[in-house]
Amino acid sequence: MKTTKRKQQYDQALVNQDVLSQEAPEIGLVALDGPNDPRPSIRIVDDQIVEMDGKTREEFDFIDEFIVKYGIDPAEAKRAMALDSAEIAKMLVDIHVSRRQLLKIASGLTPAKLVDVVSKMNVVEIMMAQMKMRARKAPANQAHVVNVLDNPVLLAADAAEAALRGFAELETTCSVARCAPLSALALMIGSQTGRPGVITQCSLEEATELKIGMKGFTSYAETVSVYGTESVMSDGDDTPWSKSFLASAYASRGMKMRFSSGSGSEVMMGYAEGMSMLYLEARCIWLVKAGGSQGTQNGSIDALPLSSSMPSGLRAVAAENLITSMLGLEVASGNDTHFSHSPARSMSKLLMQLLPGTDLVCSGYSSVPNCDNTFAGSTMDCDNYPDYYAVQRDMKVDGAIVPISDEDAIAIRLKAAKALQTLFYTLDFPEITDEEVEAAVYAYSSADMPKRNVAEDIKAGTHIMESDFNGFDVVKALHECGYEELAENMLLMLKQRVAGDYLHTSAIFDDDFHVVSAINDENDYAGPSTGYQISDSRWERLLRHMDCVSPDDYLSAANADYIPGIEECGPALPGTNSDEVIIAVSPTFGKEQTKTIVDLPHNIVLRELAAGIEEEGLTPRFIKCCNSSDLAVIASEGSKLSGSGISIGIQSKGTTVIHQKDLVPLDNLELFPQSPLYDKKIYRAIGKNAAKYAKGASPEPIPGMLDIKTRFYMLKSTILHNHETGKIENKKPIELKVAF
Amino acid sequence: MNKLNYKNDYPLLEKHPDKLKAMTGRPIDDLTMEKVLSGDVKLADGRIHKDTLLMQAEIAQSAGDIQIAANLRRAAELTNVPDEFILQAYNTIRPYRSELEEILAVADTLEQEYEAAETAQFVREAGEILKNSKRLKGHR
Repeated sequence: MKTTKRKQQYDQALVNQDVLSQEAPEIGLVALDGPNDPRPSIRIVDDQIVEMDGKTREEFDFIDEFIVKYGIDPAEAKRAMALDSAEIAKMLVDIHVSRRQLLKIASGLTPAKLVDVVSKMNVVEIMMAQMKMRARKAPANQAHVVNVLDNPVLLAADAAEAALRGFAELETTCSVARCAPLSALALMIGSQTGRPGVITQCSLEEATELKIGMKGFTSYAETVSVYGTESVMSDGDDTPWSKSFLASAYASRGMKMRFSSGSGSEVMMGYAEGMSMLYLEARCIWLVKAGGSQGTQNGSIDALPLSSSMPSGLRAVAAENLITSMLGLEVASGNDTHFSHSPARSMSKLLMQLLPGTDLVCSGYSSVPNCDNTFAGSTMDCDNYPDYYAVQRDMKVDGAIVPISDEDAIAIRLKAAKALQTLFYTLDFPEITDEEVEAAVYAYSSADMPKRNVAEDIKAGTHIMESDFNGFDVVKALHECGYEELAENMLLMLKQRVAGDYLHTSAIFDDDFHVVSAINDENDYAGPSTGYQISDSRWERLLRHMDCVSPDDYLSAANADYIPGIEECGPALPGTNSDEVIIAVSPTFGKEQTKTIVDLPHNIVLRELAAGIEEEGLTPRFIKCCNSSDLAVIASEGSKLSGSGISIGIQSKGTTVIHQKDLVPLDNLELFPQSPLYDKKIYRAIGKNAAKYAKGASPEPIPGMLDIKTRFYMLKSTILHNHETGKIENKKPIELKVAF
Repeated sequence: MNKLNYKNDYPLLEKHPDKLKAMTGRPIDDLTMEKVLSGDVKLADGRIHKDTLLMQAEIAQSAGDIQIAANLRRAAELTNVPDEFILQAYNTIRPYRSELEEILAVADTLEQEYEAAETAQFVREAGEILKNSKRLKGHR
């Protein structure tokens, strides 16, 4: 079939390489409204929930049973379930209804009712509600720090840089599980070098992860996955009770932890049982809450390519974050999966969490190139920092990371890599060479690293795991080899685990190791100018290192004199020679400014215009218009003084017009407004055409040129024009003598 | 003693450092660099104390975080339980791993040997659930 040329172009669009799917509700391939989603219901007898979402107690599966036993507040449920869902949705966006009031209501809502409530909301309303319902007042961010080689030197350098950029939490994982001890150690050294107080995790199989945590090499965990159907939960080798037992286990060792859930995982594992992704996720979220976890990473997470392939899929993903916040939980929102080829689509998804702010905007921003990301790539990677920072600056929104200079990146990467090198030397671990340190500091990815003996690293890791070696040994070794400050910071982190303040909802640490959580930094958003506000100092920090141009960059040092070859010779008088064409220049032309917007020297511009006129056998005459920077006025003044009645007006930046004296100033014979596009040839052609008009001919106008890139000259053009306008003097036109 | 309140008593490290001690009984202020350098600080000195978790549970309860408080109380009980037994107990209550008797035995150990009554009850429930959903050993 014949297709349009536009369709052929359209087919090349990056977004068309994404897979968009039709719904298959019978297997649960549907974002909302699955055929087996229950209607919300509750029946309470003697303060006991005996029916929930259409199932009686006898019909409950173990997820229902857990939610009913440990989650939903029956007293509140009586009141809350009687409320109309749309009414609750309105309260969510009503600034006069507080977060606390809504938390109370939500504590009595069943999974189906929660879904019914958020289903009444569009994405903007979901974002408004998310802004109010987020647990911690200040948003934060989490990064992936990984590489396919499990290279510890590079991990330390990357962790330090990520910490310096402001990520509050860093997570790593390993290609080879036995590399984990050294990876965790490298992450810890790097993070505390970059910014004291950053907490770290190493995502592994439960038992190893717990053990590494118990040794004090990591400070939090988030791998405890839960699912929304009994079959999938069981396939995942757990029940709500076993998962909650793990929650207690982590807390018993003073470690922060959050669960991990996310829509789409059930259908991916084959047992969605005809229920929608969002409904099953609502069950997971209640399970997280009932299990006593302070939060969850959700928002589809790994299943994002699937959920985003559904109609309204990304809206449902934003809604699941909202439900999590409604239950008072910390949300690490699922911007941690590469789901789209299209940067526009990826950023659009991210904006739904970045703009309202979540407790952790990305549950894993890839601080390394996605090609090195062993979590299989994130929504954003290190190459996207400029986009992320630009959005923060454009919208004055705090996405919880800050730009840094390359000098600072190099310095902190070097500091961390050297610290690890010294530590390894002190502890008699496999040598880190100077060459490796150097490579890690400047690397793009692990491909830039010299080969390392992984077997030796594994041996050292095994020794760590099998001996008593622990966090205090690291503190001691660091101190002894001269890294006193780093040692102090690591000791402080170990002390925090004894204090347990960071076991509460949404807890992170600031630079001074003060805990910041929903307990002491509770989100109190209640409309404009309330809740989290970007302070002046924070705003300055978000703007710093953004490689902005300064207006001065565009202006060459102020010239007091004309460029050689131009001189003034008294007032310009009306011409009498019908063979002359006037070239009328603007106030700073050839003097305070000496070249056009694309750096074409003004004397060359004049030479070409003159040459064009002379080629037609006429004579150029030059005047300067002092009292206006407006091209129409300049050209009009010129044409009035021109013996032929024809003038060429030109501004310093190069914008040009051919004018005739009987035209009103804003009319013209030919206008050349795209100054960034004009070179010598064009100016010569303009001179030629002007001369032809002067001879009474009707030349072919010079064809219009178009390049949308000229838009990017707008700032320079504005600055040059403002500079020129500032030099206007209330003087009559001056005759110029120009020698080439 | 008055119950701790999230508005006045949190964070404990800043408001009540005097009440904080490691599992070994060592006061938190005694976790100094000098002591670490002299080799006087052991892994167990970096472990959270049961009482601290109970205090954090009070903070959570006062803030309305009922479930977190319950979890912290269970965690308090687990501070006495060795790492190996925690992992063993966890594995015992996972699907298709154990007979009910094995689960009940773990619960009894938790209760009798480690005074972890609330957790023991939780483990018994886990066993009940596995039995009712036919996910004990041999059910698959």
